[in-house]
Formats: sequence, C-alpha cells, structure tokens
Amino acid sequence: MRYIPHTEEDVRHMLGVIGASDIDALLAAVPKKLRLGRPLDLPEATSEQTLSRELHAMAERNANPATHDWFLGAGTYAHFTPSAVDALASRAEFYTAYTPYQPEISQGTLQVVFEWQSMVSELVGLPVANASMYDGASATAEAALMAMRVTRRDRIVLADGLHPHYRDVLATYVGGLGAEVVTGERAADGRAAPLGSLVDDRTACVILQQPGFLGSVQDVRAIAEEAHAHGALLIVTTTEALSLALLEAPGKMGTDIVCGEAQSFGVPMSFGGPHLGFLATAQKFLRQLPGRLVGETVDTEGRRGYVLTLSTREQHIRRERATSNICTNQGLCLLLATIYLSLHGKVGLRKLAEANLAKAEYAKARVRATPGLSLPFPAATFNEFVVGLSEPADLVLARAAEAKLIAGLDLAPYASDLGPALLVCTTELASREAIDRLVGLLAGEAS
Amino acid sequence: MSAERPGPAPENAVRGLAYEEPLSIERSRPGRIGWSLPELDVPAVDPADVWPEGSVRSEPAELPELSEVEVVRHFTRLSTWNAAVDLGLYPLGSCTMKYNPKINERAARLDGFAGCHPMQPPSEAQGFLQLCWELEQMLAEISGMDRVTLQPAAGAQGELAGVMMIRAYHEHRGEKRHKILIPESAHGTNPASAALNGYDVVPVPGGSDGVLHPEAVDALMDETVAGLMLTNPNTLGLFEEHIVAIAEIVHSRGGLIYGDGANLNALLGIARPGDLGIDVMHFNLHKTFSTPHGGGGPGSGPVGVKNILATYLPTPVIQKVEGEEGDCFTLDHEFPHSIGRLHGNLGNLGMAVRAWTYIRSLGREGLRRCSDMAVLNANYLLARLRESYHVPFDRAVMHEVVFSDRNLAETGVTTLDVAKRLIDHGYHPPTIYFPLIVHGALMIEPTESESMEGLDRFVESLEAIAREAKEDPETVKTAPHHTRHTRLDETRAARKPVLRW
Repeated sequence: MRYIPHTEEDVRHMLGVIGASDIDALLAAVPKKLRLGRPLDLPEATSEQTLSRELHAMAERNANPATHDWFLGAGTYAHFTPSAVDALASRAEFYTAYTPYQPEISQGTLQVVFEWQSMVSELVGLPVANASMYDGASATAEAALMAMRVTRRDRIVLADGLHPHYRDVLATYVGGLGAEVVTGERAADGRAAPLGSLVDDRTACVILQQPGFLGSVQDVRAIAEEAHAHGALLIVTTTEALSLALLEAPGKMGTDIVCGEAQSFGVPMSFGGPHLGFLATAQKFLRQLPGRLVGETVDTEGRRGYVLTLSTREQHIRRERATSNICTNQGLCLLLATIYLSLHGKVGLRKLAEANLAKAEYAKARVRATPGLSLPFPAATFNEFVVGLSEPADLVLARAAEAKLIAGLDLAPYASDLGPALLVCTTELASREAIDRLVGLLAGEAS
Repeated sequence: MSAERPGPAPENAVRGLAYEEPLSIERSRPGRIGWSLPELDVPAVDPADVWPEGSVRSEPAELPELSEVEVVRHFTRLSTWNAAVDLGLYPLGSCTMKYNPKINERAARLDGFAGCHPMQPPSEAQGFLQLCWELEQMLAEISGMDRVTLQPAAGAQGELAGVMMIRAYHEHRGEKRHKILIPESAHGTNPASAALNGYDVVPVPGGSDGVLHPEAVDALMDETVAGLMLTNPNTLGLFEEHIVAIAEIVHSRGGLIYGDGANLNALLGIARPGDLGIDVMHFNLHKTFSTPHGGGGPGSGPVGVKNILATYLPTPVIQKVEGEEGDCFTLDHEFPHSIGRLHGNLGNLGMAVRAWTYIRSLGREGLRRCSDMAVLNANYLLARLRESYHVPFDRAVMHEVVFSDRNLAETGVTTLDVAKRLIDHGYHPPTIYFPLIVHGALMIEPTESESMEGLDRFVESLEAIAREAKEDPETVKTAPHHTRHTRLDETRAARKPVLRW
C-alpha cells in the first residue's frame, strides 16, 4: 500500500501504546450491528502501470482540441495555455496546501490571491474582488443574493442573453428564498431589449451577460440606466473573461457588481470544472460580499504580508447569518489564472483578445459570403456568434464530428425560434484553414 | 499604490536561499512579455471599426509586464513560502490533509480529460461519462446510498443540494416544515446551507460525553422540523453511536437526515452512512478521496441519496444505457421533480478523474486500510498526548482528536500560541478554536498518511511546547520566530482593508 507507511510492527507497537488489542478494539465506538461486516464491493487495488493504461484508453474516447478542430464555446472556452502555467501550478507547495488559515506559513498562497484580486479589479473596473467562487454560474447566483441583501428587495430581472445554465443555477439558488425571477426579451439585432416595466421598485437587480449567450455585445450603459432609475443594482456577468481585455470595463459603465467565469485564463475545460468564478463590487458593498478575501497588513516587525480578512461575513464565524455558505474557493484555478495573466500582461492580453476578434470577423465574413448560411443578428460580437443553417444542426454537427471538427453548439434547445442554428466560437486556436473547413462543412460540403 | 503602504523587503535573499519577492506588478517593466502569440493568419481588425461607440476598452487593464523567466521565478519563490502536505504533516482537523497521489494529477491532465468540453455531444465524451458513472457507483457502494450526483462543486454546495432535496421532498408531499436541527458541534456550512433554503436553524445540544443523545432530538423533533443535519463521526472525532435511535425519532415524525460527509475518512469499509439511517449526504472528494486542496480549493462535493430522494436529484443525471454494441452513457435532463441545476456544467469533474483514480489505486482493501490507519493514528496521538494536553472528551476517537488549552491556563499560553509555536517546529498547526463547543480547541487529524516516527516527532514537539509554556511562556506567546513573517496584524487588515495593489 504505497500511500500508507505503517508496517505491521508499527501497528503492533502503536496498539500497545494505546492499550488496544487490535484495530477492531479501537472501533468499539461503532456498535457491531452498525458495521458493514463485509468487504466493500469494489475492484481490487490496481497497480499504477495497469491503471495508467486504463486511464489513457478512457481519455482517448473523448474528443478534445488536441484531436479535433474546435469551435464550441458557449461558456467554456478552448484557449492556448503557455507551458509555464501548468509547470508552476504543479508546484506541490501550492496545490497540496489548503486555505491559508495560518498566514505565517501561507504567504505564497496569500500573495497569489492578493495579486488575483488586483487583476480582477483592474479587468472589471471595480475596486474590490473576492478570492473566487465555484464557477460563473454560482458567482452570478451569489451576486443576485448579494443584491437582495443590499437592497432588501426580492425581484430579479434577467436581461436577455444570460447563459441558460446560469439562469437555471440562479433559479435553484433563490428558490428557497421566495425571490421572483423575470426575463426580458431579445431585440431583433441580437442584443437585450430595453427592460421597460419589468424593472420596478421591488427589483433588487438586473443581470446582464456581456457578451450575451448568443455572442452579442450588449449596451451596458442603457441597461444600467434602467436599473438605477428604480434603485436596483446592475450585475454584469460574463462567461468569457478574455472579452474584458477589449470591451470597456463594466465597472466604468455604472455596473454595481461584476461577476462571471474566468476559465479562459489558463484553466482546463475538464468537462466543465473545476472552473473559476469571480465576483467584484464597489467599496460600499464590501460587507455584503460572499467568499474569501485577502488583505494586506504588516507583521510585528512591520514587514508587509497578507492575511484572510473580513471573515466575520463568513459561515465559519457567522454560521446561519453568513453572507454565503461557501467555504472552499477555487484556489488552484485562480493560481492558474494569475500565472496566465502575469505571462500575458497588459499588452499581451489585449493582443490575444484582438486575435480572437479577428478570427471571428474572418469567420463571419466567410459565413456571410456562403450560400445556405446566414448571420441572423447584426449586433457586434467578440469571439462567438450565431450561424443560421439550411439543414438541422444535429446533422451538421455529426457530419463535422466525423471530419474531426467540433462545429459549435446546436441552439435548438436554447433558441428554437432561430430555426436550425449553431453557436460558433473562434478563439486563437482556430486557424484560417480550420475556419475555412468549418464553413465548408456547415454549408454541406463533404470534408 | 498609495505611498503610506509598506514596500517590499529590499533584499534579494535574507538567509541563503530564503528569497524575498515583491508583488508581480512591482517587477513590471513596460515592453516585457512572457508569452508569444502566433502570427495572425487572418486580417487584423480594429475593434473600434466593428463595435458601437463606447464599447471598446478605454484604458488597458494594468496587468504586470514580465518575461517568462520573471514569471517563473516569481511563482516559484512564492511557492516556497507555503506549508504543504508534500513538505510535512498538515494535521488540520476535519480537512483530511492526506497525501495527494501523483498519478491522479497526471490522469487529470490527459488531453482527453483536461481538454474535454462540457457541451460537446455525449457521443464524443463516452470515456469521461463512463468514468463519472463508475465513480458514482463506487461512491454509492462506499456510502450505502442508492444514487449519487457529482454536480456540487464543493461540500458546502453539496449540503445546499442535499437540504434542497429535503425541502423538495416535503413540498412535494404538501408539507410545510420550516426548521432544521443542527448539533452545536457542526461545521458552520451546515447552518449556512440550511439558511439559504429559508430554514430556521435549531441548535441541538450534545451530551456531556460529546455525542448526540436521542432525548435531545426527541425534545425538538416535531412536524415543523424538516430534518436533522449530522456529521458522523462528529467534529470531536467521536462516532455518533445513537444514530440509529436518533434516525428513528426523526423518521417517525416525518423528517429526514442529512449526513455531512466531511469525516467519511473514518468509516471506509467499516460502516456506511446509508446503513445508519442517513437519507442524503455529501462526499468531499478533496478530503476522503485525495484530490488536492489547492490552496483553498477547488473542492468537489458529490451527493448521495436514498431512493426516496432520487427523483429530486440535480439535473442533468448521467445514465447508462445498455446496448447490443456495448454500454453507452447519456445525460438525462428529464427529471420533473429535480431541484434543478447547481453547477454551470456537470460539476468539478477534473476532481472526479482524480478520485476515480484514487479509489481504483487503493481498491476495497486499501480504502479500508486508510480508515483503519487513520483511526489508529488519531488514537495514538490521544494516548501519547493525554498527559500534556487536556482532553475534553476522553474516549476512543475515530479519525481525529480534540485537545484544549485548559492545562496551560496558568501560563497564559493559549491554543493560538501553541499553534504558532508548532510552526517553529516545522508543522502546519491543527484546526484551532473549532468545534466551538470546546474552549480553546486544538483539533488534530493526522490521516493515514503519517508514519509512526512522524507522529512521534510531532508528539515530541507538542510536549516540548507544553513544557516551554510553563518555563518560558513569552517565547510561546510571541511565536513563530523562525518564519519569514512574525505574527501578522489581522486587526489592521480588517480595519482598513487593502484588498488590491
């Protein structure tokens, strides 16, 4: 048993010190009739060599950007990750540590979190960011709960374009608290339509996704005005944090809470998690923020250092009156993202975002010029957009998959009014040649 | 950055290879970059040409500009300032800081797992779905539950899901119950998760022997109570031996029992929550099943339920469809009574790969051996430290043991001081001041990963600190002395929060 150091002699000696005859005697507190009384019905132990082979075989049955050209985004994005990211995050001093409860021996983790909070704050244009949330969906739900606490209101207005999974998670989270959730319309250009009378004096917040689920760049200022006119908060959420490098910072357009998903910053897709939720807000709402926070301080010798702070908001102190039940954050994922952002830097991140935009504009131009394909929405986009098809999307996806290309998301379950349509994403991974191949496959050409 | 704030330490290294390192932004130089974008193979686009006015970012985000070398040194240096399981004993009670096997990490990084997208067609992800389905089956067998979902992102989200299913169960039956019973020794996430469901939390006092007694539950359990949340073994490391009688009381009055699986590492192959009357529970893959704690997460909190709650599971549910050409795995969204979706995708499944690998590496005998040795280690510490530290509930423990600072009262040395002095001896301190029912608690969970010699050294350190507390209390009270930092001023951090550079 390579993970357990005890020899039989050790066990005998330790039992002797304890004064127990055998292990069974140690378990005396578990009444005999409550014990399992048989071995677990699980496989036998497997050697590392054998298991490695089995794992490789299972992994090979999953399409991924190393085996397929990739145009599927919809909240989880295939980006290139520099080698240094995983090499550094694989330092066991980072990944085998836990929550930095003891700051004197956790300064590595604490400084990384402080740097992450700073970078999020810069990207979104708001002064306070927490140490992370589980994912973009729960961050958005927690932002809504926070707005309910701040405003003491219980109506939540969703502008059109919120990721359907985020909407579902939000409904799950607020279901026990009697909140009302209403949804706005989509305008003909693909953006969220004005909310009008949906926002009222009972409204705690308006939630706007930027860019919207179908890719449209939203008019944040207009929605902010509508929310603020009734004393509601504006929450802007994003599933594609890279867009923040190129789009105006939501915090500079009247947004009260910015949240979302930062998986794009070096976090593997991993079939949907662990990813990296983030949440940022204005100074005045600090005490209502959920999750861990790291702050700067000094030690008794005046040396700069970092600690977990303002923990009286949290469940381990405040229990049922806490701002959230969250305990773990996504420490390892925020480490990946902090390294990723440090490598890209101020200039590199913007260049990367511009490359994503350029690929999408090229792909859209190709689609526009191809008979049988259409772009249903004129609104501006970042790296994701809708393509109208002239045959059912599932057939197109299957044909593309045969040609080792994952063409996008079938929108039939999400936006059936569009007719056959795909949500297509072009990151920096999409080569011109692959985009050309995609457009051909969408238009019905054999590969 | 404001001028009155402290600057970084000036020296490159103060003790040989003990490096100082500023914030990354303090190393930044315009023009440096740590990454290379390939040549753009499509026409460049100026966003101002294609986006509405006012949409383009007016000022770039002030991210540090560093070469790859500087980034590598920055994070490598920071890593050396952390205590970690791979450096030594990390006996945080209730956190199960066991060894995180290396094969798990390699497995999760295979392209077919790490690169798998949650919305790709299930036909293109059969290997991953099979792994998830198998992990659900293995967790069900380990716990004695009927169905498992991997969706909750962490234990606390698992609690939220579990309590939601309890609520859905009562609502479905047309019952309005508004209270949840929670023992005083419970983790803070329990009451917080209940409150998020709109429940009033009713604390249940434990007995003088440290466990819950049927009479205490009997006195509080009525038709307004939706259920009881229980941790077994509890946070004192004691097995809740009256659990069956307690479950009978709760069930007979229409309530359900939630099991907090934080302490499951004590029970593998010994007893199963599902056989003890638990109706719904969560697992912490990052505790019991060796996925890394990652400096604070990610966790992963699968939830197991008995059949009476299976209809409320979060969607989508992974199903196995047996076919002539072999099994196939699908995602089932048709659960009309489901509590809905909790996670943006299917859960923290990168952790599922690691947990699956761990269970398969150890096998049935190995898992049992984990719990046996975890219990042996905790009782060994109890036996060896009983003379030096007060034991509030002195009886055989399971996987963890709680001491207090009562024996040190005359010296003025507190639990916090002992914890800080342990750092000088090279140990991460145990969990302190929890559970709340023990004044000055020191909660130690050694896990099965520690050898006897390792525990002996730890005991010697704790004994030395107990002696030192009497002979030279000031040294203990001002510890740690051998770290990069002495004690940090947490009051200052909270009074004037500085939360970014």
